[in-house]
Amino acid sequence: MRQEDISEIWFEYEGTPLKWHYPIGLLFDLLASSSALPWNIIVHFKSFPEKDLLHCPSKDAIEAHFMSCVKEADALKHKSQVINEMQKKDHKQLWMGLQNDRFDQFWAINRKLMEYPAEENGFRYIPFRIYQTTTERPFIQKLFRPVAADGQLQTLGDLLREVCPSVMAPEDGERKNQVMIHGIEPMLETPLQWLSEHLSYPDNFLHISIIPQPTD
Amino acid sequence: MPASVLWAVDLFGRVYTLSTAGQYWELCKDTQLEFKRVSAATQCCWGIACDNQVYLYMCASDVSIRCREEAYENQRWNPMGGFCEKLLPSDRWPWSDVSGLQHRPLDGVALPSPYWEWESDWYVDENFGGEPTEKGGWTYAIDFPATYTRDKRWNSCVRRRKWIRYRRYKSRDAWAKIPSKDDLKDLPDPFNDLSVGGWEITEEPVGRLSVWAVSLQGKVWYREDVSHSNPEGSSWSLVDTPGEAVQISCGPHDLLWVTLWEGQALVREGINRNNPKGSSWSIVEPPGSENGIMHVSAGVSVVWAVTKDRKVWFRRGVNSHNPCGTSWIEMVGEMTMVNVGLNDQVWGIGSEERAVYFRQGVTPSELSGKTWKAIVAGRESDRSHSGSSSSLLSAGCFFGDEVKGGSESAPSDTDAAAEVERPRPEWSAPEEPLDNSRDPKDSAALGPETGGTAECASENLCPDAGAREAAQASVGSARPLPASAAAELPWTSIDLKEPRKIPSHSAAGFAETTSHSSLGLLPLGLDEPYGADDHPLWAWVSGGGCAVEAGSMLKWFTVQSGLSPSVQTLSLSISPAQTATWRKQIFQQLTERTKRELENFRHYEQAVEQSVWVKTGTLQWWCDWKPHKWVDVRVALEQFTGHDGARDSILFVYYIVHEEKKYFHVFLNEVTVLVPVLNEAKHSFALYTPERTRQRWPVRLAATTEQDMNDWLALLSLSCCESRKIHGRPSPQAVWSVTCKGDIFVSEPSPDLEAQDHLLPCDQMFWRQMGGHLRVVEANSRGVVWGIGYDHTAWVYTGGYGGGCVQGLASSTSNIYTQSDVKSVCIYENQRWNPVTGYTSRGLPTDRYMWSDASGLQECTKASTKPPSLQWTWVSDWYVDFSVPGGTDQEGWQYASDFPASYHGYKTMKDFVRRRCWARKCKLVTNGPWLEVAPIALGDVSIIPESPENPEGDGRGHNIALWAVSDKGDVLCRLGVSELNPVGSSWLHIGTDQPFASVSIGACYQVWAVARDGSAFYRGSVSPSQPAGDCWYHIPSPPKQRLMQVSVGQTSVYALDENGNLWYRGGVTPSYPQGSSWEHVSNNVRRVSVGPLDQVWVIANKVQGTHGLSRGTVCRRTGVQPREPKGQGWDYGIGGGWDHISVRANATRASRNVSQEQKAHGPVSC
Repeated sequence: MRQEDISEIWFEYEGTPLKWHYPIGLLFDLLASSSALPWNIIVHFKSFPEKDLLHCPSKDAIEAHFMSCVKEADALKHKSQVINEMQKKDHKQLWMGLQNDRFDQFWAINRKLMEYPAEENGFRYIPFRIYQTTTERPFIQKLFRPVAADGQLQTLGDLLREVCPSVMAPEDGERKNQVMIHGIEPMLETPLQWLSEHLSYPDNFLHISIIPQPTD
Repeated sequence: MPASVLWAVDLFGRVYTLSTAGQYWELCKDTQLEFKRVSAATQCCWGIACDNQVYLYMCASDVSIRCREEAYENQRWNPMGGFCEKLLPSDRWPWSDVSGLQHRPLDGVALPSPYWEWESDWYVDENFGGEPTEKGGWTYAIDFPATYTRDKRWNSCVRRRKWIRYRRYKSRDAWAKIPSKDDLKDLPDPFNDLSVGGWEITEEPVGRLSVWAVSLQGKVWYREDVSHSNPEGSSWSLVDTPGEAVQISCGPHDLLWVTLWEGQALVREGINRNNPKGSSWSIVEPPGSENGIMHVSAGVSVVWAVTKDRKVWFRRGVNSHNPCGTSWIEMVGEMTMVNVGLNDQVWGIGSEERAVYFRQGVTPSELSGKTWKAIVAGRESDRSHSGSSSSLLSAGCFFGDEVKGGSESAPSDTDAAAEVERPRPEWSAPEEPLDNSRDPKDSAALGPETGGTAECASENLCPDAGAREAAQASVGSARPLPASAAAELPWTSIDLKEPRKIPSHSAAGFAETTSHSSLGLLPLGLDEPYGADDHPLWAWVSGGGCAVEAGSMLKWFTVQSGLSPSVQTLSLSISPAQTATWRKQIFQQLTERTKRELENFRHYEQAVEQSVWVKTGTLQWWCDWKPHKWVDVRVALEQFTGHDGARDSILFVYYIVHEEKKYFHVFLNEVTVLVPVLNEAKHSFALYTPERTRQRWPVRLAATTEQDMNDWLALLSLSCCESRKIHGRPSPQAVWSVTCKGDIFVSEPSPDLEAQDHLLPCDQMFWRQMGGHLRVVEANSRGVVWGIGYDHTAWVYTGGYGGGCVQGLASSTSNIYTQSDVKSVCIYENQRWNPVTGYTSRGLPTDRYMWSDASGLQECTKASTKPPSLQWTWVSDWYVDFSVPGGTDQEGWQYASDFPASYHGYKTMKDFVRRRCWARKCKLVTNGPWLEVAPIALGDVSIIPESPENPEGDGRGHNIALWAVSDKGDVLCRLGVSELNPVGSSWLHIGTDQPFASVSIGACYQVWAVARDGSAFYRGSVSPSQPAGDCWYHIPSPPKQRLMQVSVGQTSVYALDENGNLWYRGGVTPSYPQGSSWEHVSNNVRRVSVGPLDQVWVIANKVQGTHGLSRGTVCRRTGVQPREPKGQGWDYGIGGGWDHISVRANATRASRNVSQEQKAHGPVSC
């Protein structure tokens, strides 16, 4: 390949350009969860799909995007109180820990983002995003509290019933899709607060993929 | 925090309790008695029943209330018959009290009430001031009143001996009528209200309680002599009041408020330690003239009141110095009554719907709280769920069939059965699975994260939860009466005079919400609990025994079903979140996913090669040479990951001296311990290597914030552990130690730590920190570890690791719980006498500071003295400490001829100076792998070391002997302790004739103990089948020394005296386990721990290093061999502030030596 042919790098899987600002686990769940491993993707250096992808000028852009997600998540969870109390070096440690695959470094800081006051039963709102391959809309994100007004803990099922009822109650009764987080299907009875604490991505969001039930 | 209970009475006079750990009101079993009023303290509850008699309910405790009766037998020598009972006419009675003035024949000593029983018959006390007496306990003197000696001399004309007999209070967990004396003149008219409090006026072990009552005629009565050892008190005495009282409230400390018929409040002034009844009254006017006060309730520094228009008022500015306060503040809400409980928390009963409300947000800084929150906990019959965790959690309300007007009758079958099942209040939750073959606590200890254990636990718990839900559902639908019907009930039903006979099962029913005639018509389900939406009507609430910490979680406010969030539960049992199906399913799927995505691709090369990770920062470093100060340094921690995945790290410290850049470095695999050194000013820590330990000269680093220090400590300790490949919970053989700051350290013993030759020098031991705060920690090699806090609370190790300042990955996520500890900071007020003004705070120019520390060298005023470090917060005001050694006068003063001198508690002609000790309590809240063993506070604990000759074959279930001494000096033996249940089940109280201080059990069940008088005792015949043994053998202390601590290994017995001398018990043989004499081993010892290999480790007072001196140093006795159990010398380990060590778990010795060892030991008394 000639040098002049190389412009900006991008990836594609089965015709879909892969968004770099989505976690790779989410992309895999959403697009390829039924495919055989290892995941084969195509690397492009030409014809950047301007309308599908954001440009990624540098590593700093990824860091900036990551930090903005973390901040957004904390705004939902703690009115940004936790993230704002952190120092610059703590923010840096979060990113460096992620970048260098140093879970201990990352978690030393992220732990604080996962705490909530003892008198509450959870976060203020759960930072989540629901992705569906079947719709044009990139994702669903709404305000959703982990504890209902009557004190009951909200579950994953409660969330889906409220924010995308089509998933839960299809016309003919039988569910035709899978609810995936991190490559697994948690039961719909799982409390959302627990999921948010334990199955959030490093950006502190719970990325939930709704994908069609594989046909055997 | 252990569960404690809130007491309440409903409109029908039934008494309920609600545990802080539970979510259901539990009915007291006894429906024969209805109550009008109850007033609770932690250990007991007083009440006025509908027969207008006063009853006392003592909560069950493993330690019995014992009271010693004494009588003296006096004899005089005469030439004819030697010593005989015939005394001179001028002499005392032949049987008398200690003074000789009162006649006291043995058979004339009667039990004070039917609720007492004799423990044994009279016997002669053969112990005389710590020395055993000969010849039947006689002590001799020239004449009566004189000094008695144990030896009979030529001029001993009289002799006497002491007879003792113990009586025991037997009414536990039952209402016992307070006897009213027949003497009609003193008998008060029926009581109308009653309040207990004042327990903070005197410290333990006195445990005095102020019980105040108001009679129907409006008179105020005080119950005399109510104390721990005399729970019933002796008599009522009248306290004159300027008006007619209707209601009374006594706070935990010195507040006493009374409501007057006319609507004012009376406040008692002058209540103090020497005068618990107070001296005078002052009147407080109600907030408004039209509506007088109807009800008051006093706490430690608050008073709440309700006026006749049901409005709630908060009294501002109330404290010990100003018991009247300054002004009223109106609060939101309408109540019929309010009650202030422990920690000044407040409960009330709403005037409309008669629900119990809890005041939210009451903290020491905001005593008025924020909002009222209704307690919606349902009522549940204890019978229906006798196996469920919720009913077990609220302890203390299982009534016996005691109230029978004094006459005894045999309990019925059902009651007897219930009695057997009755859970012990101090440890309820983990007992639940005992009837199951598997104990979920064990699985919790193994880590509930693993799918397999979660499965087994859920099998235990789920059916029960399901059954309860089903039961609730059925009740909810079948409930015959709407709540509104109940609300229309006549209020007079509280004053029902005749005790109704209700079938015992109706306790569980709700029939009485209608009229009594319909009682038989309702279908009463024996096993149906109350529906969650059933709305009880309350008449009275008392929080005097209910400890709610500010900001703690309570389950009272939501009706919870089945699953609870992943909130930490305060019990060892697995929380529902950990057992839920969804959780298991997630773990199972993650395991499968990992297999699917990783397993088959192991041969793929790592995409990113990583080797070095650097963390940098700025710290301060103590420059130990000139200029001897903290200097700012840059630090960098470099971590390398080798090809094998092993990590190693180097800490670089860059500093500038004389404008010259320099650095030094430390290999973290050489670091032996990292010790946090917190004080008022600095967040610092010390770092030791073997070399630095020998020098007694650690690297000291400080951070600007606590958070910063914790981050560095966590990172450094993680790096140390990684380089030594230490992870997870300490092994059962671990050596535990505690510093004077209460920090807990644990070291993994290598096999050559106790080797015969080439033994590992103990300065090379690596110590890592465990979360928590303890004063004492004791372990045995089966993984049972107990600790005692500075506040004497007992703690059991949960199997977790980390916590405290050890956060992040070095900490386990489960089995870490909140732990708190309380200690006192003491300062001294010093005064000098001068002929003009007497004692004043004006000293001589050469004198010490008039406010100082104990040594007098440091000035310490009340205002300037701060808690020991920023982790501690004050939880009390300054108070005079009367329990200082040497005794005090009534105001707490100790006298001496001059400063620094020996102080005594009374003034003589020669005393020119005096001092008194002021103490202030401070509290620390941290977390760690510890759970409280409530409710008995301990002074010492010892767990049987496993003999090395008795290897693993014993099975995990067998009982492990554990002995303890309570803070009051009672000797206790813990039953049911095993590997699977390290907390055990209950205490067995071992009677002693005097308070004890220390206890130790050896590998062959040799129990040795030290009494507070400094003498030693050996307990005979202790064995697995007879865990309590049979009797004590008194063993005199070494001459002129008072023993303080004892430790027994496999065969060796060591004791420590007050002057730091270590003694070995010589002549101990299997047939004569008491031994023959004390042999001096060493001085300079502060604490001793003898292990199962008879290894001897101590905390030495002072050890000199090449660069410094360390106080409180871990040392091992070298050269200890079977033929030479006393050893030869010392090997010096980590030091500088160590207070306690336990090597009693370490039975590992390099294997080649074990067989040798066994042969050499020969016959051992096992």
